[in-house]
Amino acid sequence: MTEIIWHGRGGQGAFTAAKLLGAAFILADENHFALAFPSFGPERRGAPIRAFTKLCGGPVGNRSEVEQADYSIFLDETLFTETAYEELKPDGRILLNTKQEVKDPKVTALDGDGLAREILGLPITNTVMLGAFTALFPDISLEDAEAAVRQYMPERLWMKNIAAMEKAAETVRKGAIS
Amino acid sequence: MARKFLSGNEAFAEGIRLAGPQVISAYPITPQTIVVERLSEMVEEGSLSAEFIHVESEHSALSCAIGASAVGARAFTATSSQGLLYMAECLTYASGGRFPIVMMNANRSTALPWNIYGDQRDSISLLDSGWIQCYVENAQEALDLALMSYYIAEKKEVSTPFMVNLDGFVLTHTYEVTDVPEKEQADAFLPGYETENKLDPDHPRNLGFSVGPEHNMAFKYKEHLGILHAKEAVREAEERFAQIFGRQYTGLVEAYRTEDASFVLITLGSIAGLVRETVDRLRERGEKVGLLRIRYLRPFPNKEIAEVLGNVRAAAVLEKDISFGNEGTVFSNVNSALHKAGIPVPVSGYIGGLGGRNISSEEIEGIFEDLKSEKRKTMFLGLGGEGEWV
Repeated sequence: MTEIIWHGRGGQGAFTAAKLLGAAFILADENHFALAFPSFGPERRGAPIRAFTKLCGGPVGNRSEVEQADYSIFLDETLFTETAYEELKPDGRILLNTKQEVKDPKVTALDGDGLAREILGLPITNTVMLGAFTALFPDISLEDAEAAVRQYMPERLWMKNIAAMEKAAETVRKGAIS
Repeated sequence: MARKFLSGNEAFAEGIRLAGPQVISAYPITPQTIVVERLSEMVEEGSLSAEFIHVESEHSALSCAIGASAVGARAFTATSSQGLLYMAECLTYASGGRFPIVMMNANRSTALPWNIYGDQRDSISLLDSGWIQCYVENAQEALDLALMSYYIAEKKEVSTPFMVNLDGFVLTHTYEVTDVPEKEQADAFLPGYETENKLDPDHPRNLGFSVGPEHNMAFKYKEHLGILHAKEAVREAEERFAQIFGRQYTGLVEAYRTEDASFVLITLGSIAGLVRETVDRLRERGEKVGLLRIRYLRPFPNKEIAEVLGNVRAAAVLEKDISFGNEGTVFSNVNSALHKAGIPVPVSGYIGGLGGRNISSEEIEGIFEDLKSEKRKTMFLGLGGEGEWV
């Protein structure tokens, strides 16, 4: 099982990204199963939230929050602290939205805000980071993620979000940091 | 059939769309709100042809559903926690009136302390209200029960309202793989609702009447027989369901790896998924453990529980419920079933997950470890309180 923790702030769409990833994974193969859920509770714009995606080759019985992730994805760099490493498996990886260069082989950094502003016209980075993740994670393709966007997002959002995902995936594949 | 990524609430709403109630009356409450929102959208866009009635309270929501059922309509409502408690007065009107209404309840803690998270104290506290009570494990089972509940409730010899319980948040708000059947399949499974128990000017009859001491008890006896008939209706519904949709269900209980088990954990609802994974892990180490998932609390599976536990060395009940001043209600019911069958297996009672408290795989493993002592134990999981029941 592959376990992913999404970190964001209320309004940044972290849970939507968690859902789209699960949807993309089950679209990729009919033997795939997934769970996606947010940290439950009242929601406030700007407050830190976490969301979780569990990807598996069989049904997932454990509905508890992920304690140690294979991948931890930060939509907002102000949430990225040393504690990020405590919730990571030994060979886990971090995907971080930042303009800074990060000299840590565990961390893949990209300027998600810049990309989102350029393509979406808004600093909402959920689909950008999902696109970037498809370049890191071998069991899902960019096409699967695009299909999930088409199936689970309103049509008016497809074009720009798919363009943003493609650009983000390309940026990570080229290894271009910030 | 479409393979979708849906939350428990969304899956249940899809099931209700396929069942096609003629009247939906509901009042929103977290964590049930999304099922009501989806159904109102379906009515708005025309994918569900129903009268959607926005009511001012849960008491009115069920009263309205009773009124609809009393003119022969298929009716649906949904609620949770304090909302269910607020409509409690109407529950016995629906069951005593023999109106086969289906209600989804999103299991949530009851105040005080106020809390929106999941436990099963809301529905279990109303176990005696005359409703069929089913507890589902995942989104697929939720969708399937939306269809099967009407089939079972509307059987003439059953004619009993049906409460489908989904754990709040961990099931209602968690997205997972769900097969959504075609409307044609659903129609082939579920016939339209036909009843004589309705207001009909051509066939006048008395509904919602009062009955004095002379005959009142006979009505209660018939009500009891009606809900007992649901056992046979569950079997018939599941057989028919498997033929049309290809998915198998196992009746009032689901026994998992219990055939040769020495130690069995009995539970209900979505936590069964984690117990099943824990059983698999312990089995790999050679431990003879199993899971007994109670799917229906009413009618209660006395015989089925006795059959599964007849040869085990010890069993435990894990439930998200406490009857203050006594013990967990599921624990009481399981002990009663074993006592009636003359089975002297020691059963331990664990209260867990109240107010949404997480139950970990390690804690479940700990329960199996405790069972090896073959001593009866009662406690609050993660807190203690051991022996205070005795």
